[in-house]
Amino acid sequence: MLDKHGIAQRIAKEIKNGYYVNLGIGIPTLVANYIPEGLDVVLQSENGLLGMGPFPLAGEEDADLINAGKQTITTLPGSAVFDSAMSFGMIRSQKVDLTILGAMEVSENGDIANWKIPGKMVKGMGGAMDLVASAKNIIVAMQHVNKAGESKLLTSCSLPLTGVNCVRKIVTELAVLDVLPQGGFLLLERAPGVTVDEIKRATAGKLVIAGDVPEMR
Amino acid sequence: MINKVVAGAEAAIHDIPHGATLMLGGFGLCGIPENCITALVNKGVSQLTCISNNAGVDDFGIGLMLHKHQVKKMISSYVGENAEFERQLLSGELEVELVPQGTLATRCMAAGYGMPAIFTPAGVGTEVAEGKEIRVFNGKEYLVEHAFEADFALVKAWKGDTAGNLVYRLTARNFNPVMAMAGKITIAEVEELVPEGALDPDHIHTPGIYVHRIFQGEGYEKRIEQRTVRNSW
Repeated sequence: MLDKHGIAQRIAKEIKNGYYVNLGIGIPTLVANYIPEGLDVVLQSENGLLGMGPFPLAGEEDADLINAGKQTITTLPGSAVFDSAMSFGMIRSQKVDLTILGAMEVSENGDIANWKIPGKMVKGMGGAMDLVASAKNIIVAMQHVNKAGESKLLTSCSLPLTGVNCVRKIVTELAVLDVLPQGGFLLLERAPGVTVDEIKRATAGKLVIAGDVPEMR
Repeated sequence: MINKVVAGAEAAIHDIPHGATLMLGGFGLCGIPENCITALVNKGVSQLTCISNNAGVDDFGIGLMLHKHQVKKMISSYVGENAEFERQLLSGELEVELVPQGTLATRCMAAGYGMPAIFTPAGVGTEVAEGKEIRVFNGKEYLVEHAFEADFALVKAWKGDTAGNLVYRLTARNFNPVMAMAGKITIAEVEELVPEGALDPDHIHTPGIYVHRIFQGEGYEKRIEQRTVRNSW
């Protein structure tokens, strides 16, 4: 079973040389720590920055330089800043190659719910709806089951949707799965020490198993 | 050039009436018009509709206006950092309209470009689409989202000249340029007000035609919402 760093580390393997990548808040932010050496990858922060660098050293924080999670960050040589309309322009026009974000639920046809729980204070969708509506490649990083032990991989989402038919891949503490174009979660890899039966039990939506499912390397 | 300079925040906002619709630049607490917000709190105008990506925190930014019950409605994409906001929302004192962040920015941009509406895929198939017109282009659905109309846009820039030309710094740019373009009256506060000619025309982010009033701000706190640091490389 993977911890959140393990999930981030596995997702980082999906990043290819030359990618522009938008990382959401939470586990997706950790992916930046595991981008393989030698790859030229540019991180986009949707408040208006390309080329997001690491957190600043203590004493070098700049109130004018934050990421979409409002954390202090740095620029890198070659960084560019721009306004919020242009930022979502490059997202909408699919210049950003890969979007990694968290979710509360994903359905077997790739619908995602990650912004609202009825009856609880609604904080807002931020940029999530824009990102999922336009991104060409969306990977979800999340726990396979919620705190109540219920599966988050469902036939259809029960929570209000953020976007429809958009998620391509899911990495959880148990498994790596693709969302098939015709519907269903294709089991690609098992997390270390996790059995196919455990993944079956934790998946409420249609799980597709084709042959032997390898353990994650 | 036409001189846009006013004496200060109080003069700049003197004619903002009760019930006005305002745009306020900034993302979180980054790049917010601190001086204008303080002046609005002091003036005490209320029943305001505020278009702003966020609603500040309890004791800073738009949170200061919420604390004085000056806001009737917030139009934002994310309002999660404010307990007083939550209390007023749950008690029904405050109305909120949540708008996807890119839609929010682009509805500002549309106003500044003189276009009545945009087509965006954000929110298709979700509750954001409820009651909205859908148009299909090349087989894909888009929501028709209308340009905002704001009586006043309040923006913060790093530098500005007496002609109202503005330059922003780093990610404090965020919503400020598109809101500057969208206000019927746009008020810019700057950290450094310079004479005309001091800014390179090639480096101007917001041309002065969009700015009606400009003033040198003072006492910027520039509060950091999430101070994150690393120990070493």
